[in-house]
Amino acid sequence: MSLRSAAIAGAATLLLLVVAVVGILASPGWETVRETFFSWEHAKGSFPAIADGFWLNVKLFLLAEPLILAVGVLVAVVRSTTAPALFPLRALAVFYTDLFRGLPTLLVVFLICFGVPALRLQGITNDLFWLALVALVLSYGAYVAEVFRAGIESIHPSQLASAESLGLSHATTMRFVVLPQAVRRVVPPLLNDFVSLQKDTALVASVALFDALFSARDYANYNFNYTPYLVAAAFFVALTIPMARFTDWVGRRVSRRERGGGR
Amino acid sequence: MTELLRVEGLRKSYGDKVVLRDVDLTVEAHDVVCLIGSSGSGKSTLLRCVNLLEPVDDGTIWFEGREVTDPRVDARAVRRRMGMVFQAYNLFPHMTVLDNITLAPRRAHGMPRGEAEARARELLERFGLADKATTHPDRLSGGQQQRAAIVRALATGPELVLLDEVTSALDPELVGEVLDIIRDMAAAGTTLVLATHEMAFARDVATKVCFLDDGSILEQGPPGEIFTSPSHDRTRQFLRRVLST
Repeated sequence: MSLRSAAIAGAATLLLLVVAVVGILASPGWETVRETFFSWEHAKGSFPAIADGFWLNVKLFLLAEPLILAVGVLVAVVRSTTAPALFPLRALAVFYTDLFRGLPTLLVVFLICFGVPALRLQGITNDLFWLALVALVLSYGAYVAEVFRAGIESIHPSQLASAESLGLSHATTMRFVVLPQAVRRVVPPLLNDFVSLQKDTALVASVALFDALFSARDYANYNFNYTPYLVAAAFFVALTIPMARFTDWVGRRVSRRERGGGR
Repeated sequence: MTELLRVEGLRKSYGDKVVLRDVDLTVEAHDVVCLIGSSGSGKSTLLRCVNLLEPVDDGTIWFEGREVTDPRVDARAVRRRMGMVFQAYNLFPHMTVLDNITLAPRRAHGMPRGEAEARARELLERFGLADKATTHPDRLSGGQQQRAAIVRALATGPELVLLDEVTSALDPELVGEVLDIIRDMAAAGTTLVLATHEMAFARDVATKVCFLDDGSILEQGPPGEIFTSPSHDRTRQFLRRVLST
């Protein structure tokens, strides 16, 4: 970047910042907002409880992510089969993706967390944490399955022809030729879904699990101050941004290794 | 001479369009059969049918004495004994050259990794790609990619190798290096069936040349006969057109 374009970029950014800050500070309600949303005291006071709650969000998506990937790949692979005997499985996979992509995630959380305990089944946990985890996996599994399916279908038929001509079985072709290429292609949309999942772990607050959001709400209601919501927001952002950068880096490294120059 | 492949009365159509009509072809061990003819004459489709990549509408194909068009025949077992090389290389872009080559030996033939890699390196050495084993295909030139694809087809020790216009996607100066290794394969006794536009090469290397026109083999015979005294007008027209350019 030349000195001139750097100077213009810098000036434009500064101008925008000044306008935004002045706009907010000059608003008629700023004094109230400053007290109710930007209280340093309440930020400090709510921090430990929110940090504890956020650990629950982290646990939820650390457990949910691999499960969702597994469900997504499985459903996508089932949908890409052609054997007539597997028709019932394919139909089930289509039904699953249609149903759970159509349902609001919050509704799935309600249905699973309240519905399953009501069944009073033997040997099935009534722990809300695990039920909420199941709800998130079911809901996101359907999305991720569609992402994987798009990736699988984007692989050029000539790749299948050459795998077939080598005498590889359908399963071997899927595992060694199609899936590795499909996964590389869908990493950006997958990351998008996972950032979305990290945020949606906060939906479990609706069934009174003490995650970051519920802890923030708990503190806010008790102290009549909304600062904890900003603290919780900061926690989520602090997690999603580094993750996005990390995935960008991984993607660039793979393409550097596998692609020729000049593209 | 033993008969390796026999095609009888092969018919193939896509919807209303008939691509192959009553094709008869016999290939004996160590033959080099060149399929010539203009684009759309059915050369590629014939190769794809032989490799069982396309279901045939009618007719039969025998390979190593077995009728492979029989629906009870395991197509994979047949393909494991054939190699096929495509016009657009079709290497697996996410794998190194070595992994491309060892995939079928390891995953379709159950060869242990060490043995598969040793064989692959031997072949790479023979085809001048020894230093490219750990490179990904996109980093190679077109000629190198096509040579790697040929090595991949040879890695399983096939009885028959099908080459589908393997030099058509290459820059003119890279065509020679690929034709040279096909020549080597022919000299080593590999049975080849190739669709090609390289007439000089066909004349030099082929034991039999088949001229395809509109889905049928109009005439076939030794290259000396087809290229010097073709019996059909269509063949003469085609040869005049391709040899004058």
